[in-house]
Amino acid sequence: MNFVRNSASAILASSLIAATAQAQISNNEIRIGYLADMSGTYRDLSGPGGLEALKMAVEDFGGTVDGRKIVLFNADDLNKPDVGANTVRQWIDERNVDMVTGLVASSVVLAASKVVEQGGKLALISGAAASSLTNEHCSPNHIHWTYDTFALANGTANAVLKDGGKSWYILTADYAFGHSMETDIKKVVQAEGGSVVGAVRHPFPSSDFSSYILQAQGSGADVIALANAGADTVNSLKTASEFGVTQSGQRLAGMVVFLNDIHAMGLDVTQGLMLTTGWYWDMNEETRAWAERYQKRVGSKPTMVHAGIYSATTHYLNAVKQTGSDDTATVRAQMAKTPVNDMFAKDGRIREDGRMVHDMYLVKVKTPAESKGEWDLYQMVRTIPGNEAFRPLAESQCKLVAKN
Amino acid sequence: MSSQESVAAVPLAVRANVERERRRAATRRRQLFYLALLGLALLAPLAIYPVFLMKLLCFALFACAFNLLLGYAGLLSFGHAAFFACGGYITGHMLSTYSGLSTELGILAGTLASTLLGLIFGLLAIRRQGIYFAMITLALAQMVFFVFVQAPFTGGENGLQGVPRGHLFGLIDMQNNLALYYVVLAVFVFGFAVIQRTIHSPYGQVLKAIRENEPRAVSLGYNVDAHKLLAFVISSALAGLAGATKTVVFQLASLTDAHWHMSGEVILMTLLGGVGTLLGPLVGATVVVTLQSSLSNGPLGEWVHVILGVIFVLCVLLFRSGIVGWLERLVKRNFK
Amino acid sequence: MTLVFGVPLSVLLGQLLLGLINGSFYALLSLGLAIIFGLLRIINFAHGAQYMLGAFAAFLGLNYLGVNYWAALLLSPLLIGLLGMAIERGLLRRIAGEDHLYGLLLTFGLALIVEGSFVKLFGVSGSSYPMPEALKGGYNLGFMFLPTYRAWVIVAALLVCFATWYMIERTRLGSYLRAGTENPKLMQAFGINVPLLVTLTYGYGVALAAFAGVLAAPIYAVTPGMGANLLIVVFAVVVIGGMGSIMGAIITGLAMGLIEGLTKVFYPEAANTVIFVIMVLVLLVRPAGLFGKEA
Repeated sequence: MNFVRNSASAILASSLIAATAQAQISNNEIRIGYLADMSGTYRDLSGPGGLEALKMAVEDFGGTVDGRKIVLFNADDLNKPDVGANTVRQWIDERNVDMVTGLVASSVVLAASKVVEQGGKLALISGAAASSLTNEHCSPNHIHWTYDTFALANGTANAVLKDGGKSWYILTADYAFGHSMETDIKKVVQAEGGSVVGAVRHPFPSSDFSSYILQAQGSGADVIALANAGADTVNSLKTASEFGVTQSGQRLAGMVVFLNDIHAMGLDVTQGLMLTTGWYWDMNEETRAWAERYQKRVGSKPTMVHAGIYSATTHYLNAVKQTGSDDTATVRAQMAKTPVNDMFAKDGRIREDGRMVHDMYLVKVKTPAESKGEWDLYQMVRTIPGNEAFRPLAESQCKLVAKN
Repeated sequence: MSSQESVAAVPLAVRANVERERRRAATRRRQLFYLALLGLALLAPLAIYPVFLMKLLCFALFACAFNLLLGYAGLLSFGHAAFFACGGYITGHMLSTYSGLSTELGILAGTLASTLLGLIFGLLAIRRQGIYFAMITLALAQMVFFVFVQAPFTGGENGLQGVPRGHLFGLIDMQNNLALYYVVLAVFVFGFAVIQRTIHSPYGQVLKAIRENEPRAVSLGYNVDAHKLLAFVISSALAGLAGATKTVVFQLASLTDAHWHMSGEVILMTLLGGVGTLLGPLVGATVVVTLQSSLSNGPLGEWVHVILGVIFVLCVLLFRSGIVGWLERLVKRNFK
Repeated sequence: MTLVFGVPLSVLLGQLLLGLINGSFYALLSLGLAIIFGLLRIINFAHGAQYMLGAFAAFLGLNYLGVNYWAALLLSPLLIGLLGMAIERGLLRRIAGEDHLYGLLLTFGLALIVEGSFVKLFGVSGSSYPMPEALKGGYNLGFMFLPTYRAWVIVAALLVCFATWYMIERTRLGSYLRAGTENPKLMQAFGINVPLLVTLTYGYGVALAAFAGVLAAPIYAVTPGMGANLLIVVFAVVVIGGMGSIMGAIITGLAMGLIEGLTKVFYPEAANTVIFVIMVLVLLVRPAGLFGKEA
C-alpha cells in the first residue's frame, strides 16, 4: 500500500532532520511539487506547459544540485481550494516536499500557501494574480513571481484612461483574484480622475455572460473592464461581440489576458487591445531562444506564467546550490540577496513582502497585417520599470514590512 | 415432524435458556469484533498517514449519519451536504474568530448549528415522501449553498482557510497529527455509539416499523412525523459533527462540502457499503475515500468520477444490499 | 431614461428577454423530464448529461463529419434518443418494479460516467461551436440589441414544446401514453405494447434534452459540465410545475426563466437560488406542484 511506505519514509525523514539540523539537504533530495490547474479554465496559461517549463529548469541543472537529486511531484488542483490545500499538506507531511510552484487560481493559492507556511516550506507563485498575496496575505514562506493585479491594473487601466476612457464598469470573477483586481482597478481609475460607475460579480467559472454584459451595456460606461481570466475572459469577449457592445461605442478592457487567449481568439477579434504582461517571448535573443526550446517540447509559445515558473525555479535551485541547504529560511534569504538575472527578468529583486519586482510591459495586440507569424501577436508600447509597476511598500499592509 | 416434536419435548425454561445463551454468544462475538476493530483503529496511524485516516473517519461518520435516515427511517435526503458544510463552516468561523477557543468547543458550535439547521429542514420536509422528500431537501440545501457563497464569513469561492486547530480542552495542541487522530477517532466512536444506541432502542424499532409500513404505524397510534423528525435531527447533527471535525483536520472549509455532489457522494458510500446495515457506511466510506485518494495519485486520476459512476450503476443493478449486506447473507448461508 | 424601481427600463426589459431565452431551455429540458417521469416514474438524473451529449454530438459532427448546424438539429436528437432507448432497454427496465429512488440513483451513476469520460476526453473547458451563418447579427430593439440566434432559440424551443404538447394531449398515440401513465396493466390487456411505449417515451424525452443541447451549443461553451448545473434548476422547475404535468413543465419553465431574469436585475447573486425558494414555497402550499394532481 502506498500510504504505508510514504508515511514510513516521512517518519524516517523527520528523524533525520532532527538529527542533522539545518544547512543540509533534507532527505538528500530536493523535492519540488508542481500544483496547477491541469484540466480546467486556466489549463492553457499554466497547466501541463508549466510542468514542462519546470522540467526544463531542472534539466538545466542536470537533474541534480551538487549530486543531490531533484525530484518532482505534480498534481491537478481542479481550481478548488480544498483539493489544492490537501494535496500540498500531503506533499509536505508524507513526501517532505521542499518547494511548491505553479500555483494558479488565487483562491487555491491562498489556501495552499497557508499550509506551506505552517509546514515551514516555500511556495514560488507564478500563475496567481491576486496582489493580496503580498499585501494582507503576505508570508515569509511565499514569493509572488510573475505579475499581480496591481501591476496589471496599473499598466492597462492607466493606458486606457489616457486613451480617453473615463467612466468604468467592472465585470468581476467572484473570488480572491477578481476582488483584488476590482480593488486595484478602482484605485487606479480614481487616482487618474476617472470614475467607476458600477460592478457586477459573476460566479467562477461561468459559461453564460449575457446578462452581465447586458448590465454593463446598460450602465453606459465608456469602458467595460474584465476582471476575470482564462476561459471566462474569452467567453465575456465573445458574448460582448454577440451583443454588439463595441458598436454602441463602448470599449472592452481585458485586465488579465495571456498570450494563449489572444492566440485562441485570433487577431481579427483582438487587434488593438492594450494589455500588460510580465514577459513576452519575442523581446530579445535570450527570450526567443528559451521560447524556441519550450515550443519544441510543448508545441506552443510560452506565456509569462510558464517563463515565470522557469525563472523562479532556476533562482531557487541556484540559492540551494550556493547555500548547500534546502532549509526554507536560508534559501529564502539567499534568494532575496541575489538579484534575478535571467531570460525572464533583469535585476529583479525580491522584497520583504514576497513580491519579486521586475519590469512589466505595456503591449498592443497587432493587427493581422502587422503580424508576421502565428505567435507574432504583441507590439511593445512601453516598458514599465519595476519600481513603478508594483505596489509601493509605503502602501503595503503586509505584516512583514517594517513601518516607520 | 420429528424435530418439531423433539423441540416441543424440551421444557420451556430450557428452551429459553438456550435462546438466551445463543444471544449472549452473539453479543459477545459482536463485542469482540468491535473491540478488534477499535484495536485496529488505534494502531492504524503507525502504518498509514494519519490525515488520510482522519478524512476516512469523518466521511464514515457522515455516511453513518446519512444511513440512519435512509436505512432506518426510509428517507432519502438529497441535501445532506448542507449539514456537513454547516458544521464545517461554523466550526471554522468560531475557531478562526475567537483565537484560543478550545477545539472541542469549536466542534460543538458547528454541531449545534447543524442540529438547528436540521430541525428547520426537518420541519419543512418531513411531511413529504419519496421523491418529493428528496427534491425538497435538495432545494433547501441549494439555498444553504447560496448562503455559504454569499455570507461574508465563509470567504465565498476562496473558502475558509488557515483555520487554527486549537487546543483540546485548552491544553493539548492539536497541531500534532497523531494527537488529533485519536481525538477524531473518539469523535467517530461517539457518533457511531449514538447511532448504534438509537437503532437498538425501542425508538429505533418504531422507526423501522414506520419504514416498513407507515399506515400501520399510524394506526398503531405512533406519531409518525415526530419520530421521523427526530431521526432527521439526529442525522443532521451527526453529519454536522462530521463536517466540523473535517474542518479541524484540514483547517479549511470550502464550497465543495456544500455542493450537491457531496450529497450524492454520501449516498454512494452508503449504498455501496449497504443501506440499513450498521457497518455498511463505514465500509462504503472506506472504499470510496481510498479509491479517490489512491486513484488521484495514479494514472487513473481523471477517471475517478467514471469509476464512481460505474460502482453506482453496479450497486443499483446487481447488489442493492451493498458489500456488508452481501457479506451478511454469505455468512448466514454458510454458517447457520 | 425611464426608471422602474431605480432600474432603467431598458435594462429591465433586456433581462426579462434574456430570462425568456433561458426559460426556453428550462421548458425544453423540464418537458423531457416530465414526460419521462409521467410514464416511467423515474427522475432522470442523466438528463443533464444527455443535454451535454446533444451539444457534443453537434460539435463532433461538425468537426469530424462536416454535419452542419441544421442537420445536427435533427440528427443529434435522433442519435442521442436512440442511445436513450438503449439505456432504457438495457438498464432501466431491470429496475422497473423497484422503488423509484433506484431509478434516480441509477441515472445519477450514468451521469457521472458520461460526464467523467467527457472531462477526460475533452477537458473541463470544452470548446466553442461556431454560430450558423444565417443566424448571425441581430436586431436593435431600442431597449437592447437582440442577437438573431437568441431570438431563434425562443422560437424553436416554443415550437417543439407546443408540438409535443399537441402530440400528447390531442393525438391517439398521446392518449395511449396518458392511459399508460394511469394504468399500464389495463393498457397491456387492451393489446397495447406498453414496454415499447415506455422505450419510445424515454427516447423522446432524451431527444428533447439533446435538442436543447444543440440549441445551446453556439451560445454557451460546449463543456462536459454544461448539463450538471442546469439539471438541478430544471428539477426544481419540474417539481414546481407538478411532476409529470406536460403543460406545467412548459409554463413553469418559461415563468422561472422570467423570474430569474428579474432577480438578475435586483439581486443578481441570488439568480440561481430564487427558483429553489419558489420550489420550497410551492411544495409547502401545493405538495403536488402548481399543475400536478394530488397522487
